[in-house]
Amino acid sequence: MAVQVQVTSVIQKVVDGQRQLDAEGLNVAELIDDIERRYPGFRAQLMDEHGQLHRFVNIYLNDEDIRFMQGAATALSDGDCVSILPALAGGCHLP
Amino acid sequence: MPVSIYIPGPFRRLTHNREYVSVEGTTVAEVLDAVNARYPGFDMLVYNRERAIPAHINIYVNNQEIHELDGTATALQDGDQLAVIPAVAGGAGAPGNGAVPASAALTPDEVMRYSRHIIMNQVGPGGQRKLRNAKVLVVGAGGLGSPVAIYLALAGVGTIGIVEFDTVDLSNLQRQLLHQTADVGKRKLQSARETLAAYNPHVTIVGHEAPLTSDNAFDIIPQYDIIVNGADNFATRYLVNDAAYLSGKTLVDGSILLFDGQATVFKPGSGCYRCLYPAPPPPGLVPSCAEAGVLGAITGIVGSIQATEVFKQVLDIGEPLVGRLLLVDALTMEFRTMKLRRDPECPLCGEHPTVTTLIDYDQFCGSPPLVAPEPEPAAVGGDS
Ligand SMILES: [Zn+2]
Repeated sequence: MAVQVQVTSVIQKVVDGQRQLDAEGLNVAELIDDIERRYPGFRAQLMDEHGQLHRFVNIYLNDEDIRFMQGAATALSDGDCVSILPALAGGCHLP
Repeated sequence: MPVSIYIPGPFRRLTHNREYVSVEGTTVAEVLDAVNARYPGFDMLVYNRERAIPAHINIYVNNQEIHELDGTATALQDGDQLAVIPAVAGGAGAPGNGAVPASAALTPDEVMRYSRHIIMNQVGPGGQRKLRNAKVLVVGAGGLGSPVAIYLALAGVGTIGIVEFDTVDLSNLQRQLLHQTADVGKRKLQSARETLAAYNPHVTIVGHEAPLTSDNAFDIIPQYDIIVNGADNFATRYLVNDAAYLSGKTLVDGSILLFDGQATVFKPGSGCYRCLYPAPPPPGLVPSCAEAGVLGAITGIVGSIQATEVFKQVLDIGEPLVGRLLLVDALTMEFRTMKLRRDPECPLCGEHPTVTTLIDYDQFCGSPPLVAPEPEPAAVGGDS
């Protein structure tokens, strides 16, 4: 399945600064594997070592949060758009 | 020198129903002392335990609130008129600028100043009075808090609370509209007060010059109708979320980093920040703006969106940004919205809440606690 992936803010740095890329996968987990093959370090931004999705990064299939679907097992269709969105702290200065 | 002081209705049981009392004093503090000497107990009404004027009391010298002057140190002239105006809970009491009852007609000056709003039938004079009566808390007077507070003040939101304890740094000026070059080194709250008073002297700015903590959040947040989050760290972001939800307040949330922004509105029962992001990132994983950078103008975009959502809430118009997360990408200039749902498993607003009071957010976020700098006696910081 060819899926368009939109990547926000800090996660862009692990995909060569791209904001949008194409990737393949029958579900979200496979999609992440596909991107990880090309951009090692990508998966660690989204999941812990046990394959559990981080709770401070949201992944949307079209406009729906996959946590409210089947998580990483959520199936993808041709032409879907997946957005990856980390929490932002906001205003500005204290780390 | 003799000065006349207006005693509000609720305090007149102390003054044997006198509406005006004439006493001697050269400053506001001396006058308050003189009234207390004559009517013991008056102190307890106008000062809090820290002997500061509490946020719900405004004191006017000839129609100017003393926050805009020198606080209780404000010097008085012969014949000056003082007025003590407490906020009155529940409807038709004192609104933002204290001296005007909530239901009072707009003055000709107000009609002129706000005419571009009033002329729209979604606002009208009634809407403008709602804005005048509204009490909105802005957490942070930085990148997001600046445009939010400025637009609220321009629109005549009667009471604007600001939580801020920082000082203005040169690196703030790239985006923080409330502060200018001459303000570097000044308390941000003071700088914000001056800027907002210059924009619109008719709104009341209530300063809370301390970090928001689990100890003071319930003293501050319940005083307001709507809370706007411009916090710069995850600990405060979760704290504001929890305190607003537990106080039953609508929270207008916004955040920014690099060229990206996010905004949404949480109404109790429609989901919360924990539903959106159940846990904060471990320290260091998501960089701060100081580490990663941020486009100055994106703070204006997201802050203006937050201010717009406040107006819609106050006026009860349009479709609020509830149940939707707005994403702004300044580089592609695309605006997208994602669905945001209440999570039935949410520890705060879910079916079986486990967070029922405020917790230790620094521990929750794994970050060191915020430390307020030494308070400066010169800075008049409202209460807290
Ligand atoms: Zn929630």
